[in-house]
Amino acid sequence: MTGDTKTDLFRLRRRPWTEKITDQSFRLLATVLASLVGLILAAILFTVLAGSRTAMASFGLGFLTTSNWNPVTNEYGAFTAIYGTLVTSLLSLLIAVPLGVGTAIFLTENFIPLKGRQIIGMMVELLAAIPSVVLGLWAIFVMEPFLRPILGSLHTTLGWLPFFSTEPQGPGIAPAILILVVMILPIITAIARDSLSQVPTELRQAAYGIGTSRWGAIFQVILPAAISGIAGGVMLSLGRAMGETMAVTMIIGNSNNFSLSLLAPGNTIASMLANQFGEADGSQVSSLMYAAFVLMLLTLVVNVLAQWIVRRLSLRYT
Amino acid sequence: MTTTPITSSGHRPGNTAKSSLHRQPNLPRNRWNAVFTILAGLFAAIVVLPLLLVLAYVVIKGGSSMSLKLLTDLPPAPGMTGGGIGNAIIGTLIVSLIAALIAIPIGVGGGIYLAEYSKSGPFASFVRFGTNVLSGVPSIICGVFVYGLIVATRIFFDQSYSAMAGGIALSVLMLPTIIKTTDEGLKLVPQELRWGAIGVGASKFVTITRITLPTAMKPIATGIVLSIARAAGETAPLIFTALFSPFWPEGLFSPIASMSVLIYNFAIMPYDVQIALAWASSFVLVMMILIMNIFARYLGSLNRI
Amino acid sequence: MNASNNPSTRPQSSNPAPETCLSLENVSISYGNGKNVAVNNVFMEIPKGKVTAFIGPSGCGKSTVLRALNRMNDLIEGCGLTGRVLFDGQDLYDKRVDPVEVRRRIGMVFQKPNPFPKSIYENIAFGARINGYQGDMDELVESSLRKAALWDEAKDKLKESGFSLSGGQQQRLCIARTIAVEPEVILMDEPCSALDPISTLKIEETMHELKKIFTIVIVTHNMQQATRVSDLTGFFNVTDLVDYEGKVGCLEEFGETERIFNSPAQQATQDYVSGRFG
Repeated sequence: MTGDTKTDLFRLRRRPWTEKITDQSFRLLATVLASLVGLILAAILFTVLAGSRTAMASFGLGFLTTSNWNPVTNEYGAFTAIYGTLVTSLLSLLIAVPLGVGTAIFLTENFIPLKGRQIIGMMVELLAAIPSVVLGLWAIFVMEPFLRPILGSLHTTLGWLPFFSTEPQGPGIAPAILILVVMILPIITAIARDSLSQVPTELRQAAYGIGTSRWGAIFQVILPAAISGIAGGVMLSLGRAMGETMAVTMIIGNSNNFSLSLLAPGNTIASMLANQFGEADGSQVSSLMYAAFVLMLLTLVVNVLAQWIVRRLSLRYT
Repeated sequence: MTTTPITSSGHRPGNTAKSSLHRQPNLPRNRWNAVFTILAGLFAAIVVLPLLLVLAYVVIKGGSSMSLKLLTDLPPAPGMTGGGIGNAIIGTLIVSLIAALIAIPIGVGGGIYLAEYSKSGPFASFVRFGTNVLSGVPSIICGVFVYGLIVATRIFFDQSYSAMAGGIALSVLMLPTIIKTTDEGLKLVPQELRWGAIGVGASKFVTITRITLPTAMKPIATGIVLSIARAAGETAPLIFTALFSPFWPEGLFSPIASMSVLIYNFAIMPYDVQIALAWASSFVLVMMILIMNIFARYLGSLNRI
Repeated sequence: MNASNNPSTRPQSSNPAPETCLSLENVSISYGNGKNVAVNNVFMEIPKGKVTAFIGPSGCGKSTVLRALNRMNDLIEGCGLTGRVLFDGQDLYDKRVDPVEVRRRIGMVFQKPNPFPKSIYENIAFGARINGYQGDMDELVESSLRKAALWDEAKDKLKESGFSLSGGQQQRLCIARTIAVEPEVILMDEPCSALDPISTLKIEETMHELKKIFTIVIVTHNMQQATRVSDLTGFFNVTDLVDYEGKVGCLEEFGETERIFNSPAQQATQDYVSGRFG
């Protein structure tokens, strides 16, 4: 029963050292590969921060509140882009949430036969697969020309409001909002649909069992039960809308002149980056990096919040 | 003991309004139900409409100009006619391939770590959290990152814009999806299967590579195909990493054309020829992506495990 | 301490003591990094070449003890063991011991049939290859299937998936897979609990053949099965500990199967085997 006899007895099926090394290297490899995620995140943050250093030093927090963007005089302020980012993403969310949740309800209740619901569900998923740049192309040549007279009449009737105070002249914030709606609808619909279908059948039956009408059950029982997933999905789409680049860049008009009017051209941080980064140098690159840092921070906060909401609210029903 | 009949108990008085079970469509309750039902159907139609419209225009405007010449020629110089998108098609394939070759090993490895080596624990939660955060990083930021890391520093043979840089930017975008699908795919593998392998004396490495990973192959492959399809359509990470080139690909360390950047560049040109090529390119790109999506669905529909 | 203060280490038997294969010395196993004690202070000597059955009510830790015998508990995070498990005189839980090598010598058959998603042939060849088998693989597959009494049913479909077999056949395939590695000990964790009576009978017949070659330890819920297949029986029970909240498993009594079922020394054993609880 001493250590010496052990080695003798286990020699029969002794694993060769190569096998043990393989086993351990594989574990090490997997660990290293997993930690690359953290490394990449750190590298992204570092690269963007390092690139924006000079702009941060020269403009400080004033960068966020001034809207003067002038590569000639090297004066930069990202207020127009930040405002554009917030206003496009929030307004698109305002339109997309009822549409998406309504569609999700339509797809989880049995209004039409299962086959039809599956087809609609598949189409929503395919919409998510259409590249942003193709939607942008469509927006330029199909959606915007179609929309212009409608937006024009909005200006003539509601032009006294600052939000409709300019004549629509093609690209602008309003068409950008609408194309964003198209882009985030599949996300909201898919997540809301998942959350709704996870509501326990017992809960549904309990509602019907006490004589609630169908929509009574939906509004009073099913939607509240699914609210955590839906809220998380809304936050995720907000993050996506803020960072969405191509379609918005192609239709927003890329103007750095600040205007409250939704019918005027504008900018978002993402569209500004896409539009200017390639041709910029010197302090403009640094200013763009600074703007990129702001965008990163915004999406980070929104995404972390989304995860927190899902975790916090979903405890009740799982 | 006398028993009283209990027939009437629990019933409403019979001589008031007829308590019929027939549906009364004019009740406010039923009216509201009808209104909401119609509204939900309307919303669903509104959501589906853009897909149909976009597909219709892409097919009409892009599909109509399809020809072998278009698929194999170089784009024309501004103001010239003819030409095609051959270099952009090849470029998209090359850049997506680079991205896949980088992201698949890292993503599958990371997923294996999460599912097989460390289900819980602070490091695993950190990796999961990081994966979620990374999947929320806007694609344009990936471009800015790779620009700062590779293009501006010229670390690849003193080259600035390159196919490689574009591929790396796309791989950052694909990584979180692949990690997640690998993690989730491996979690679907019944624990008993791992025990079976361990029980006959298999090491962890052998168990994972010979039993667990092959068993979870279908869901993982589905996720990978979807992530490649997504990356192939991405533009923002490419416009200032891979840039664009009107020529055939000149190697991995030179600027390279891609369909998505071609669409972006040509859509805002004042020439009809270029705009037509943008539509044609959209058609090819959308078809490619739709086929990959359908293929992924097919993979997913095969018997799982 | 334990309810059974003097657990009988060696099976009480009139025959001369057979050679010991596995011996447990004061083994306690806990889950959740020591928070939940599953089984406490087990002393036991499992003889070579015999079938030893573990019986007892659910939660008594009999499966946990079984899984400790080839370090399968290593796969459960936060599972810890104190005491010693000696196999041929060596402590399986010594730091220098490679658990993978332990499992090559002590095989295991699980509760649910778990064939690999491979062909019947590959199911058996897999383990043999891992263990560096040098001989004729076809021969090994045939002999293993024969020993597991599956050859006649499977010989015409060796290339078909293991899942094409019925539940009972799948479990015999898993037994064949374990035999092919030629371990010294086979651990069986309720191998028949997911099977119908006819399959159960077939597997019991298989076990009668196998005990000529292997040492077998089997956990079973079915007391008739224990009397049919085993030479020795260990009865595990749940008890309260003085200084611990909740129930803890312990080895109540261990001895020849016939004695455990006909004239047990402990009242709890008597109550359990006569069906009064559990």
